[in-house]
Amino acid sequence: MDVKPILSALARHRIAAVLISLEIALACAVLCNAFFLVSNRLDMMRIDSGIDEASLATVSLSGCDGCEAADVNGRVLAALRTIPGVRAAGVANAVPFGQRAGDAGVTLDAEGQRFGGVPHFYAFAPGAIEALGLRPARGRAFAPGDFQHAENFLPKDSQVWITQALADHLWPGEEAIGREFWVSDYHFRVAGVLAHFARPNPGRSQNGAAGAEWSVVVPVSADSLLGTYVLRADPVDLPRVAKAAREAVIRTVPEAVFDERWSRPLPELRQDFFRQDRSMAWLLGGVIASMLLVTALGIVGLASFWVAQRTKQIGIRRALGATRGDILRYYQVENFLLATAGIALGMLLAYGGNLLLMKQFELARLPLGYLPAGAVLLWILGQCAVLGPALRAAAIPPVVATRSA
Amino acid sequence: MFGYYLQLAVRSLRRNKVLTALMVLSIAVGIGAAMTTLTVVHLLSGDPLPGKSQRIFHPQVDPMPDENPKEYPPDMMDYTSAVDLWKAKRADRQALVVDSGIKLTVPDTGTPALMTTMLSASADFFPMFDVPFAFGSGWSEQDDANRARVAVISSELNDRLFGGGNSVGRTLRIRDASVRIIGVLKPWRPSPVYYMVAGGRFASGDTSAYYDRTEDVFVPFFTGLEINDGHFAQFTCWSVPETPGHLQNSPCVWLQLWVQLDTPAKVADYRRFLAGYAAQQKAMGRIRHAGNARMPGLMEWLDFNGVVPRDVKLQAWLAMAFLAVCLFNTIGLLLAKFLRRGGEIGVRRALGATRGAIFAQCLVEAGLIGVVGGVLGLLLTLAGLWVVRSQPIEYADLARLDAAMFAATFAMAIAASLAAGLFPALRASRVVPAMQLKTL
Repeated sequence: MDVKPILSALARHRIAAVLISLEIALACAVLCNAFFLVSNRLDMMRIDSGIDEASLATVSLSGCDGCEAADVNGRVLAALRTIPGVRAAGVANAVPFGQRAGDAGVTLDAEGQRFGGVPHFYAFAPGAIEALGLRPARGRAFAPGDFQHAENFLPKDSQVWITQALADHLWPGEEAIGREFWVSDYHFRVAGVLAHFARPNPGRSQNGAAGAEWSVVVPVSADSLLGTYVLRADPVDLPRVAKAAREAVIRTVPEAVFDERWSRPLPELRQDFFRQDRSMAWLLGGVIASMLLVTALGIVGLASFWVAQRTKQIGIRRALGATRGDILRYYQVENFLLATAGIALGMLLAYGGNLLLMKQFELARLPLGYLPAGAVLLWILGQCAVLGPALRAAAIPPVVATRSA
Repeated sequence: MFGYYLQLAVRSLRRNKVLTALMVLSIAVGIGAAMTTLTVVHLLSGDPLPGKSQRIFHPQVDPMPDENPKEYPPDMMDYTSAVDLWKAKRADRQALVVDSGIKLTVPDTGTPALMTTMLSASADFFPMFDVPFAFGSGWSEQDDANRARVAVISSELNDRLFGGGNSVGRTLRIRDASVRIIGVLKPWRPSPVYYMVAGGRFASGDTSAYYDRTEDVFVPFFTGLEINDGHFAQFTCWSVPETPGHLQNSPCVWLQLWVQLDTPAKVADYRRFLAGYAAQQKAMGRIRHAGNARMPGLMEWLDFNGVVPRDVKLQAWLAMAFLAVCLFNTIGLLLAKFLRRGGEIGVRRALGATRGAIFAQCLVEAGLIGVVGGVLGLLLTLAGLWVVRSQPIEYADLARLDAAMFAATFAMAIAASLAAGLFPALRASRVVPAMQLKTL
């Protein structure tokens, strides 16, 4: 197909052609970035917490002033373990998607000069580790002697597990097992490395997505902790067990205030945690869909207008021997040219928009793969939008040529 | 003339209903999206203390012992610095604030104990931030000094515990202490809860918690520290405090001080005083980086903390880009429409209409689309805000269209469609009559 007549026809409608290309360009820029934002959100929402959430629930109580930890934990755990269906239960300081309990900056030397980042410190009694089903991918399991009593915050000197993500951050490319780190005068030595274990607020801590799995697991004795309990049950039983656990804890520790907000099955806590991300992803999806629709309608409107305007010329072309296919292809090629010009400019705009987002919102760089994907989408959209007017043009009979305008 | 043009515009728009509907819808959804998001940004970034915010300041010193000072001092203050500065009384008003979780019970009402937050604040807090009272009043400096067991409660807590009646004189139990209610607030919804804003730069843009409700219970500063001892949370520490939750004289920052300075001269004086205090403390060997003392104003502080959540800003950007696409769309369609009437315009020009007249006529038509699109856009904005209100976010209840944004929506719709109509109208008025007449 010869594009020269199409180009010279477009040159006569320069402004309209430029406008529709600009619209496509802008749509392309916004689309690429919006898709990227959606996929960022979805990635975050899919984070592997490292535990089998579907079979875990937590119960939490607060305001137990003057309570003896050993006494309350004993009563609560005894009550929890008698609930039919509970396979394991233990006391913890926090769980993923729950309330934060111990963010602390670590240093890689005892003098506190080489700053390593701010992981979350989980403190677990043996029951909690069993309930969560945590097992190090490398290194050793905790021995009974590792579960020390902590007077304040954590034991002064502990053997801990850290996640692979934290290990890679603290000692890139090196073996983490046996290494040490400090929080002021608290000393930690890495005994094992967990493949995955999310912090309570993955993606929303100081280090954003990079720090989502910066977790340290510190073994402590059960009487060092109070108030947050984790229990494991069969996923099918979980809703019933969680409800029974709630009642059992309220009954067993009437002097404390039961924390409704944080006493729930883990899948619900996760659902809640990502609620905003989910609504943002939906919103972005809505923007993408509306933008595609508006752009398509713009193409339909302009193409219809051109077809109406050129009715007589089309008739003449048909009378001179052009087939319906020729007319159809004319509009398809015309649209392809306009879309291509728009997409070319749109890629630059997408890149510029991404730079702006990176500056304003600390977003990552747009992976190049998004650009061709956006381009293909807009080409397809253009062809679909132009099909209707083009078919109408192709249907114009040659006899129109003989009529006066 | 305007009336006639309007009539022509209506007739022209009715001739091609699909195209007209397309243009109106395009403007309407663009405006709806843009105004919904801009309204939220407007509400969240507004001045929470209009008329007074420029006189409120947030002094900061840097007690961190690191060898090299960080770029900014920590967002909160250590006990010694905060109390020293507060005691010096060098500002027109000064309020120390810190919040903490409490267990609250009401004797002889049978309501179960509840966990809530309490603000420990010094006496100037209420007059300084223009806190409105429904019953009673705040406390005096004397009460601060005496650690008086008194409290002011929020209107919400009063509704919940006392059915909204005058509860002044009733007693609350906070942990193991009894406090007497001396004041009940009117509904008070500062957005954000500016006096507690800190740590925004570590929040990865997730700052919607700043728009949550205020504390339920307010007590004198030292009373609060006494009755809720062991339950205070640090902002950050440079080494681990000896007793968790007890932070007086601990290596931690956990307090905020706000000062009111009524004249620029006083502001300059206070800055000198703050620098002098830091230098003196450095000389005493208590702090290391005296030069890192600062005193941002309230709005500057909110800005520094990036209080408007990142997602909200992102949505506004997206919506503006979407509006631009909609506008391009409308411009293209209007241009096509006007130029299609080349013959008609040619006749009018040949019969003596000036270019200005054609231009005005086309602009009236574009404006009409704008008005209709604007009204529809306004409805879509209201619908959009309704959606925001139904979201489980802290600022949901704030998402309402105020008069300013109502007017802005309308102005934006008209401006957008005139901007969209300007260029096509200009082109239409440039139609050469002779060329058009020949083809008729």
